[in-house]
Amino acid sequence: MNIDWAALGSVFGVSLVVTVALVGLFTLGIVGLSKQPEPAAQGGSTGGSLMLARAGAYLCFGLCAAAVAYGIYLIVA
Amino acid sequence: MEHITLLLAIVIVTALVFDFTNGFHDTANAMATTISTGALKPKTAVAMSAALNLVGAFLSVEVAKTISGGIINEDGLRTEVIFAALVGAILWNLLTWLVGLPSSSSHALFGGLIGAAVMSAGWSSVDGGTVVTKVLLPAVAAPVVAGLAALLATRLTYRIGGGIRNDAQEKATAKGYRAGQIASAGLVSLAHGTNDAQKTMGIITLALVTGGVLSPGSNPPVWVIVSAGLAIALGTYLGGWRIIRTMGSGLTELKPPQGFAAQTSAATVILASSHLGFSLSTTQSCSGAVMGAGLGRRGGVVRWSTATRMFVAWGLTLPAAGLVGAGAEFLTKQGTWGVAVVAVLLVAGSGAIWLLSRRKPVGHDDVAPTGEDAEPAGVITTAIAAVTPPPPAGAAAVAVAVAVAPAVDTTTDLKTTIPAQPGTVAADPARPATV
Repeated sequence: MNIDWAALGSVFGVSLVVTVALVGLFTLGIVGLSKQPEPAAQGGSTGGSLMLARAGAYLCFGLCAAAVAYGIYLIVA
Repeated sequence: MEHITLLLAIVIVTALVFDFTNGFHDTANAMATTISTGALKPKTAVAMSAALNLVGAFLSVEVAKTISGGIINEDGLRTEVIFAALVGAILWNLLTWLVGLPSSSSHALFGGLIGAAVMSAGWSSVDGGTVVTKVLLPAVAAPVVAGLAALLATRLTYRIGGGIRNDAQEKATAKGYRAGQIASAGLVSLAHGTNDAQKTMGIITLALVTGGVLSPGSNPPVWVIVSAGLAIALGTYLGGWRIIRTMGSGLTELKPPQGFAAQTSAATVILASSHLGFSLSTTQSCSGAVMGAGLGRRGGVVRWSTATRMFVAWGLTLPAAGLVGAGAEFLTKQGTWGVAVVAVLLVAGSGAIWLLSRRKPVGHDDVAPTGEDAEPAGVITTAIAAVTPPPPAGAAAVAVAVAVAPAVDTTTDLKTTIPAQPGTVAADPARPATV
């Protein structure tokens, strides 16, 4: 009986890192999208950062979608 | 097909029945948290899971050549042994479903195979080392890995999303988390279809080979693939609501971010482990992820009594299914009448368990999220979570939602519930008395 500790260790590490990274990315995306325009009193000067937040959010979602696609690829392959 | 003997036909039917119980037993893995956080309606969730299981069954042509993964020596396996193993696995699956505990269908199958093989050919036919590395260690490691990943992910998501305060934003983010949950639940379903449906295809193929219908090493015929896929999809669609309830809301109370973290962790662990050469058990990963996510939220509560019963069930799976498998093999060894007796016992046992389950039916109405899912986790909710007893496993003390007319109960408003838990209702009238 030989237990493949290396494989178990890598499963442990990869699962941990990937899960935390994915959830973190996704949450960043959600937070980015949920940024509401500041109340009108602030004026329109925040438009740029809002755009940036949106773009960042979509980038995060894109990365998550890529991860899902890779997951499907793993299942099929 | 005219070469198929009666015994072979019985084995094939039994394998499909096992496939079916596997489907409805493991729906919870993919869909329990999705349902309990309200990301998908119960019926929609199981329908989606069933469809993905069916797709998954057809996806991969790389059928597992050895169903037992080297645990037992498959060379001298007789058809009766496979039959006895399946009987053990099915009965254990049904029993754990009756008490609403998630347990691994693969372990049940392995247990049945081990028991039947030992009874048939002695201990030498079982590779003890492989049992440890392929069954015991993964079963212990899976919940730890998935739980820790889910715990950290939940912490992280609450920290990053900590700035979200007002209701409108919380609603908006809940929608996002739902989408994420659906995606990861889909992955789990797909992976389940490819893995577990193929296990059944492997069994049927093996039976056909041992029965002399197929030549050794041949791929499963199309009708085997189709029927195995359909059986697992049908089982998934009927939904093991009892287990879904335990996993979705019995172990802990999950909010959308937690559900998302748990589901992502489970999907990642399953995929990572099966492709890094150290397969971890799906059921154990999912349960571990749910508990980890439950602990990750501040004020989150894990009901350790339910968790303990689940751990006990995990520990019993192998020996219990093994004992039944061994007993069944003892009977089938006696000759044709033994096979007949086992078949009758299987039908009778399944029927008895089904009758018992009807005494306290659990349907899709009982697993829907309680009240408004976007509602913030108030002190009261947490307190209730702490005092509410675990879902009944045959205990009669807990509220059971009774659907009066199945035809009209699709709108949850028409649902009639009998609150047997006055404390819950008084504290939070908006919550239906669903546990």
